[in-house]
Amino acid sequence: MGPTPHIAVIGGGSTGAGIARDLAMRGLDVTLVEQGNLTHGTTGRMHGLLHSGGRYAVSDQASATECIEENRVLRDIASHCVEMTGGLFVKRPEDAEEYFQQKLSGCEECGIPAEVVSGEEARAMEPHLAKDIDKAISVPDGAIDPFRLVVANAASAQEHGARIETHSKVTDLLVESGEVVGIEVEHDSGPGKRVHGTEGGTEEIRADYVVNATGAWAGRIGDMAGLDIEVRPSKGVMTIMNIRQVDTVINRCRPKGDADIVVPHETTAILGTTDEEVEDPEDYPEEQWEVDMMIDTLSELIPMLEDARTIRSFWGVRPLYEPPDVGSTDPTDITRDFFLLDHDERDDLPGMTSIVGGKFTTYRMMGEQISDHVCGKFGIDADCRTADVPLPGSEDFSVLRDYMDEFGLRSPIGRRSIERLGSRADEVLKTDGPNPTVCECEGVTRAEIHDAIEGSGSDLNAVRIRTRASMGNCQGGFCSHRMASELHTAYDESVVREAWDELLQERWKGQRHALWGEQLSQAALNYALHATTQNRDRDPADGEPVDFSAFDTGRSQAGGVDSADVAADGGTDGY
Amino acid sequence: MAIESEVLVVGGGLAGLTGALAAAREGADVRLVSYKQSTLRQASGLVDVLGYTPDGAGPLTDPFEAIPSLPDAHPYRKVGVHTVREALSLFDEAVPTYEGGHTDANALLPTHGGTVKPTARYPAGASAGLASDARDTLLVGIEEMVDFDAPHVAAHLDAAGVPFDVRGETIRFPGDLRADAKVTRYAKLLDTDSEVAVRGRMVPAREALAQRVNPLLEDEERVGFPAILGDDNPGEIRAELSDRLGVDVFEVPMGPPSLPGLRLEDALFSALDEAGASIETGNPVVDFEGEDRIERVFIEKNGAKIPNSADQYVLATGGFVGKGVESDREGVYEPVFDCHVPHASDRYDWFEGDLFGDHEFARYGVATDDDLRPLDASEHSEFENLRAAGSVLGGYDFAAEKSGSGVSIATGYAAGQRAAQEAR
Repeated sequence: MGPTPHIAVIGGGSTGAGIARDLAMRGLDVTLVEQGNLTHGTTGRMHGLLHSGGRYAVSDQASATECIEENRVLRDIASHCVEMTGGLFVKRPEDAEEYFQQKLSGCEECGIPAEVVSGEEARAMEPHLAKDIDKAISVPDGAIDPFRLVVANAASAQEHGARIETHSKVTDLLVESGEVVGIEVEHDSGPGKRVHGTEGGTEEIRADYVVNATGAWAGRIGDMAGLDIEVRPSKGVMTIMNIRQVDTVINRCRPKGDADIVVPHETTAILGTTDEEVEDPEDYPEEQWEVDMMIDTLSELIPMLEDARTIRSFWGVRPLYEPPDVGSTDPTDITRDFFLLDHDERDDLPGMTSIVGGKFTTYRMMGEQISDHVCGKFGIDADCRTADVPLPGSEDFSVLRDYMDEFGLRSPIGRRSIERLGSRADEVLKTDGPNPTVCECEGVTRAEIHDAIEGSGSDLNAVRIRTRASMGNCQGGFCSHRMASELHTAYDESVVREAWDELLQERWKGQRHALWGEQLSQAALNYALHATTQNRDRDPADGEPVDFSAFDTGRSQAGGVDSADVAADGGTDGY
Repeated sequence: MAIESEVLVVGGGLAGLTGALAAAREGADVRLVSYKQSTLRQASGLVDVLGYTPDGAGPLTDPFEAIPSLPDAHPYRKVGVHTVREALSLFDEAVPTYEGGHTDANALLPTHGGTVKPTARYPAGASAGLASDARDTLLVGIEEMVDFDAPHVAAHLDAAGVPFDVRGETIRFPGDLRADAKVTRYAKLLDTDSEVAVRGRMVPAREALAQRVNPLLEDEERVGFPAILGDDNPGEIRAELSDRLGVDVFEVPMGPPSLPGLRLEDALFSALDEAGASIETGNPVVDFEGEDRIERVFIEKNGAKIPNSADQYVLATGGFVGKGVESDREGVYEPVFDCHVPHASDRYDWFEGDLFGDHEFARYGVATDDDLRPLDASEHSEFENLRAAGSVLGGYDFAAEKSGSGVSIATGYAAGQRAAQEAR
């Protein structure tokens, strides 16, 4: 065998990170590039459901079978990213009995453990379910943290020698003599861990093979080499509640429909979703009625949602794909299966394969197939090990020791830190200095923030997805300046300020869709804390120079009172 | 039988306290009822009057000069600049530990985020920290305290162009406080000056703190700490530290829970108590009776509804933050008397896409006539004996303008004084 082939993977979502890990573990030389943060596209904008396959057990049995298989694998290799909540498909009186039976038999046919529970039993499990729920099917759905999972995949890839470049947008495919030979990327402020406020640059990354794992953006990449990749982006809204109204995934048991799932996720519950085809994966309307529909429709299953507090809403874009001859008009009819498009076979352009379609739950399987495919190109005979080797953090997730005492953390904070870090807890939490809590909503300590900064550089949004800091009730209102401070002294003040502004703006983006009731009060408080208390909206460092001498220099400085009088306020009731 | 008074103030924040005090000083029999903790503990404790115009011009050196040019709907325009000055005089007299009254000019104060902000009155504890004062400065942060990173604040102040050299140092606070101790724990330790172990020897906390800071001082003439220097005896603590360090000591105002805000609240409650008002905290006003006039309100106490009646009422329940203005998916409302709150019918018109955009929600609150009486949708006064003050008022964005405390004090003063005059 010749020198190790160099593979450029485009896309830092679950699929791209999974491919990078798989190829790197097989000994290939890998560079992964992502235009934003890891999970920037579709992966970071999902409801965090670890599918049992139940959702597809009637309509798409091939996908359902893959889901249950991968569900089992991920529980094993990514235990620190998974919470096995269990799931229920609940039937309301107006939902068809026939479909309920189809769902049940579909689960059996796909090997998904499923059991019918009565309405009473379902309400015993989830007391906030509507009183008139008839019955339900219980399945092994779970919740999974897509951020933690992708970061762990990227970390593992790195451990195996891969280069991971975030904030690096592909601007061109290099095509020479009818073959893709690499990519051109534009680094937002320099290669390596992103540093704000420094000049970016363009880099040509020559590769022996290119994998396009950009999901809804695959067509954009294809365009660069004149390829026609007909991804059909479909948007869906998700609304985040400030607490978990349910501890089990609640699905509505009826054929496709909008607003039919609630996924408990960490401290929150996520309502989802819609399915609507859009033209552009980056620019589509985000509208009030979509949020209102989530709340109104899902209140039929869980009535307390009607008046509950939401903390933000976000939209994601599915990278749906179907072979050209199928011609579905409704995006909900399009298969959730994935496809490898070998552009040599398909378009007579060797050197690149695109992977489109698919689902988050089956990301590893997609990675395995494309890695097999790439290895086949180079005649490499290396086994896939990603189903067996745990991800960093999940190597030994017994966590029975009393970490709370060991690390001097208050119990709920300690517990949450350990859950997030898994087997990395020791390495991260054993610090010399004090380890105060930086984000109180999510119980994130300084040690975790510093660990994330080590992994992701100056980007506070990358710190956020690694730690959950600023993702709770206050949406960064109380902790964004603290997170920013933790970047100083490793980074210059101007870099810190830019990262801080970016984080605040990102937090505002989703919060805008939750601005009524408690969250509007919270937003008003955050606004007051940032604008009034800190004057962040008119920060003189960002604006015109200030003529300091025109302002009050103080009573004593003005000559009115000497320092003896300043001390005179030092009585027992002084201020 | 209702509990009776001449003036009943609903709300115990800056506006309610000033309103009650103004009414009491007019000789009225005043009762103040407040439900939850006031938002003062979330505020910095600085008293802003006007730092920027609604167009964003500023920082303004003279807030009073800018008031006559504000939009008609602005609460300052309802009461007039003369009343703003009178109200501040009342404040200065009631809270003698605040400074800034010696000049019309705004002061610029360092914030715990490292910016500077314009304000009109500031606690004596912050006075040595003025950013227009050219003395070189050392900022001292506490290792465990994530809200104030002294080196970062110093670097940011430097970027803001302050006219002095500023450095930040971080220390371990003496005494064995846990990593996530609240600010009140630090304050308590300094208030009591309890002995702490320093290298096996017991030393009073203030002395121990000075010992930690002393070797860090270079040529600086003043030292700033986060606002943790005592709750009961801040002046004494500051004086002792200044003495031991041989330089002026000041506090940088902080976010919640804010000791300067809490101290201000205490000072105003004491002044109100001295003025002879009756005060009831911890119970909400849940209902009222009356058509054109409010006849009585009902305060819920241990499940019972206690009637309170008065001749005149002041509504000072706060804005969205204090829950004096509330909202749901359908609209915005004032929950106590159901006064009309003008707002856009489409929820997506309430805010802008940019975090610091020109948000409509920031200006939501009741609209009033020139006598501060809330107006209904057809611009008639809701009740002839109700006036509104502070953040429950609409028509201004206190956060962008840095005008929150000034509006609360000025409108509270005007509402309280007029209510008392009318009740006589």
